[in-house]
Amino acid sequence: MSLDYLLDAAHWSGPDGFPHQILEHLRYTGLALLIAMVIALPLGVLIGHTGRGAGLAINLGNAGRALPTLGVLMLILAVTGVGLKPVIGALVVLAIPPLLTATYAGVSSVDRGVVDAARGVGLREPQIALGVEVPLALPVILGGVRSATLQVISTATIAAYVAQDGLGRYLFDGLAVRDYPRIVAGAVVLAVLAVVVDALLALLQRVVVSPGVRPRAGSRRRTALPQPER
Amino acid sequence: MSRTPRPRLVRRALLGATLAGALALTACGGSDSGSDSPFSSGSNDAGSITIGSANFPENELLMNIYAGALEAKGVKVETKPNIGSREIYLKAFEDGDIDLLPEYSGALLAYLSGKAGPPKDATSPEQVYDALQKVLPDGAQTLTQAAAEDKDTLTVTADTAKKYSLSSIEDLAPVAGQLTLGGPPEFRERQQGLVGLKSEYGLTFKSFKPLDAGGPLVISALKKGDVDVANVFSTDPTIATEGWVSLTDPKNLFSAQNIVPLIKKDAVTPQVTEALNAVSTALTTEKLTALMAKIVTDKQDPKTVAKDFLSENGLG
Repeated sequence: MSLDYLLDAAHWSGPDGFPHQILEHLRYTGLALLIAMVIALPLGVLIGHTGRGAGLAINLGNAGRALPTLGVLMLILAVTGVGLKPVIGALVVLAIPPLLTATYAGVSSVDRGVVDAARGVGLREPQIALGVEVPLALPVILGGVRSATLQVISTATIAAYVAQDGLGRYLFDGLAVRDYPRIVAGAVVLAVLAVVVDALLALLQRVVVSPGVRPRAGSRRRTALPQPER
Repeated sequence: MSRTPRPRLVRRALLGATLAGALALTACGGSDSGSDSPFSSGSNDAGSITIGSANFPENELLMNIYAGALEAKGVKVETKPNIGSREIYLKAFEDGDIDLLPEYSGALLAYLSGKAGPPKDATSPEQVYDALQKVLPDGAQTLTQAAAEDKDTLTVTADTAKKYSLSSIEDLAPVAGQLTLGGPPEFRERQQGLVGLKSEYGLTFKSFKPLDAGGPLVISALKKGDVDVANVFSTDPTIATEGWVSLTDPKNLFSAQNIVPLIKKDAVTPQVTEALNAVSTALTTEKLTALMAKIVTDKQDPKTVAKDFLSENGLG
């Protein structure tokens, strides 16, 4: 039975066990997402708020999505050698487009009437961006974060190609020694991990998004804040 | 933006897709009655010989040489390069998807001997070849082996060799605990790998980095110092160009490794035997190393290099 490897208690401890590899996998994912967010979120807010460079952001985002992650990995590998750098670099490149486009789209779709009102009561531009636009755009931005997280968590398996750990170890090593139960175990753990992380992010989304802009209130919001004619 | 995005719907769809994927995966895993290989397709035309190769350049070169020599004799061939490690391509061979493979006598013997390990007294090319005959799978045979050898080696840079005064694998014993070893992923679990290095030489390295089989990853990792010791093939021209030191193997863990055609008995015809034996007769370690230099150093296409070799030796 192919689930033998997964269910064997011996594989759930030690330096080659699932807990260690899951933590490593999450470490690469978290590190790559953190770097990508530091780059993409401020940039997205800036572009969404000012409306400047929107074409550039969209095109950059689309071009970024077209980049094959394995290709980027190899490109960085040729410069840095094996290690964590090419992995994180490739994953950051993967995570930036969904974060950037979601942030830009969320911020720029905030009702102009609300922004004008904020300006009217005397808020300065940074206050408008961070205090009004970002909270209103939060559901969309967090949607981008979740989509980026899912992509990165599933692609972080490539770390194993350049001698790093993570759940990709089970896929690459299992294939090298033709141990299919091991491959299945790695794939199942990865799939479950992705679903669990996504569920946690969904929970986070509920907690941090202001009740007034929750998607549940979407219909009310549309009537309360009509889209401007363009 | 003409519509307010609806993340909830998107979220539902995403979650649904992920769950469906997970279910599909477990379903695949559960239904492996009989063959456990996802590759077995059983495409095997009568009268045509399918030649496979492992996932490293030299083996692909040998595959192309075999293919060219057979074609010159009017045999129809099909090639399947870059299949993977021995664990994978031998399974494809046993399943009948592959008829012919360029193999390495000692490594094949060690693999087919399984947990018991290869016979300790089989070290010379002839002894290894004879021992190999006893463990070949049903319906398989080997033809004449070449004088050419390509051994697995443990190789270090000149600096490392000097620093720890290393010339043989035995010299690693006092320092292995401080050194990182790089090799293909399968090296960790093979007798001719970490298992044998521990049982034969008592070596336990600080860590093992799974890279590739004598390919660009392992070569660049040794060059850049990401690993201290690397599993490099003896025919790799980089050893000479970088001035690296391949450690000798006094306990013959990596026994004789002559290049030998492994073939299905039902694919053997007089023409096939004649063509492949002529290749084996022509192939020496010097010639193979020179061919590898053309591929690795001069970046030539393995197919072109194979063609040149065949025409120079009057085989194609």
